[in-house]
Amino acid sequence: MQGLVRRRILVHRNKCPRSALNTDTDQKLRILVIDENPIRRAILEAGLCEAGFGNVKVLENLTGLLEQIYIIDPDVIVIDLESPSRDVLEQMFQVSRIVKRPIAMFVDQSDRATIAEAIDAGVSAYIVDGLRKERVRPILDMTISRFQAFDALRAELESTKSALNERKTIERAKGLLMKSKGLGEEAAYNLLRRTAMNQNRRIAEVAESLIHSYDLLKD
Amino acid sequence: MAYADGARADDIVHAGFIPLTDCAPLVIAREKGFDRRFGFSLRLHREVSWANIRDKSELGIFDCAHMLAPMPLASTLGLRGRAPLPIIAPMALNLNGNAITVSNALYDAMLAVDAESARAGGMASAKAIAKVAAQRLAADEAPLTLGMVYPFSCHNYDLRCWLASAGMDADNDVNLVVVPPSLIAESLRAGRIDGFCVGAPWSNVAVAAGLGRIIATKSELWANSPEKVLGVRLDWAEAHADLLIAVMKALISAAIWLEDAANLPEAAALLARADYVGAPEDAILRSLTGRLPYPRSEEERLYCDHVIFHRHAANFPWVSHGAWMLGQMRRWGQLTEAVDVDATARRVFRPDLYRRAATDLQISVPVADVKGEGRAASATVEGHLGPIPMGEPRMFENI
Repeated sequence: MQGLVRRRILVHRNKCPRSALNTDTDQKLRILVIDENPIRRAILEAGLCEAGFGNVKVLENLTGLLEQIYIIDPDVIVIDLESPSRDVLEQMFQVSRIVKRPIAMFVDQSDRATIAEAIDAGVSAYIVDGLRKERVRPILDMTISRFQAFDALRAELESTKSALNERKTIERAKGLLMKSKGLGEEAAYNLLRRTAMNQNRRIAEVAESLIHSYDLLKD
Repeated sequence: MAYADGARADDIVHAGFIPLTDCAPLVIAREKGFDRRFGFSLRLHREVSWANIRDKSELGIFDCAHMLAPMPLASTLGLRGRAPLPIIAPMALNLNGNAITVSNALYDAMLAVDAESARAGGMASAKAIAKVAAQRLAADEAPLTLGMVYPFSCHNYDLRCWLASAGMDADNDVNLVVVPPSLIAESLRAGRIDGFCVGAPWSNVAVAAGLGRIIATKSELWANSPEKVLGVRLDWAEAHADLLIAVMKALISAAIWLEDAANLPEAAALLARADYVGAPEDAILRSLTGRLPYPRSEEERLYCDHVIFHRHAANFPWVSHGAWMLGQMRRWGQLTEAVDVDATARRVFRPDLYRRAATDLQISVPVADVKGEGRAASATVEGHLGPIPMGEPRMFENI
């Protein structure tokens, strides 16, 4: 784990590579990361840079949070759910005097499954009102996978399993449930989460056992 | 699949809570076995922000949660650009519990301009703070900064009404900010805030640390006032009608247990645990018994009604509480669209469900859904098994 983290931090210290996939406007999107965990913060910052989002700011000191946000004036804010300062952000819906541009939560009802995954991964996002959801989506996806990666790193020090694999596992288990139980995507995901909560396990673990059981039954 | 406590998956109820004294009914229901007595197993999840409670409730991660009383209204109406998601409040978890605390420096400034009002506390202390705020503005100094915990909270409305009673405009004469309870002591110490309105036990914790003075308790501003409710997604409530009634019976039983003074030391010890409130046991016990360190001129004062868990019909989800909160949302610019106040309050606050749970427990339940808030003609309300004592109808004078 140490090596992996160090390598990622190294990437983050290098100049961000410019990705051909993103347009100039995405390069310029100002992303603010609020996460009190320095390792996860570095992992996320590196991930966003690698994906071509070059304008990433991280906050370490959360005192005077609204004033700092006012100065940075971000387009997207990503915040760790373990931060009690989330409720400070909620006030941005309310206080127009301090906040330059109205901020909304990333709440797109057509995309509730993604929001649920973000919450389960332990992260939430706020965006400037009017910013197109499609532009925020890759940022959120990257954030979810990096938060899951950190979780996996923390939980299984020597595991080679990457969070993207976990996401694929969850996706596959979700697909099995959708097919076999005739569920919608959100319902299938909710069932996985519910089972994980009831059994005190991680969603990826439940997804993996489901896939194993399915493979057994199939043979 | 087998579970440690023998429960079946269908009988497990997941509930979110915030570390505050008034999460007690949930903790006691779990720790004293009221959940199992009513045939289900309660799993509690500690959260650090009300935004987390809202999101995890709206997404169905939690079946029910400890919520600020205005939160189910805000979710149901879809305020602040969110998609509406019906959440109901079939019962209240407690009444009162908030207090307004100021830094020692602000208290000294209040004594200097109006010692009588500052010492009197309660509504009167707003007059002293108004004079200090006016001095600051006249001298072109930074406005007083006051903290509260969440925009859709009674703390926000309490502070605004209290300031308004002394002629202050909360949006212009002072700077209102959100400060998470866990950061309040440090913010007060660093001088980033001059005072705050927060739920128990966090005022006691700040006072015990020598950082400030309690100048008003919520029961002084508005006796028997709404505070936390049980928030439940409407679709979950409809799909689990009997389980919801069982959950409510367990919580009402826990609230009754909390009314027995002999149980409070045990309750304080349980709540003090790091997986629940995680605050000093003494501060929690003081908030439960109402022995508050208040104000400077006295060692402590007894506020019997500091937090009320069951008496005075505390668990009844008054439609008139909901209507008052909708009025506050409109007054302070959170609710800008036209809504039918009475119908909305009735959609969210559900005395019908409370009556089902409470009548099974042989508890006298108010026969009316609304009461004249702050202007009751008598010290009791009519209950189906006899009158329920309510105490004084005090409520935000002069507004």
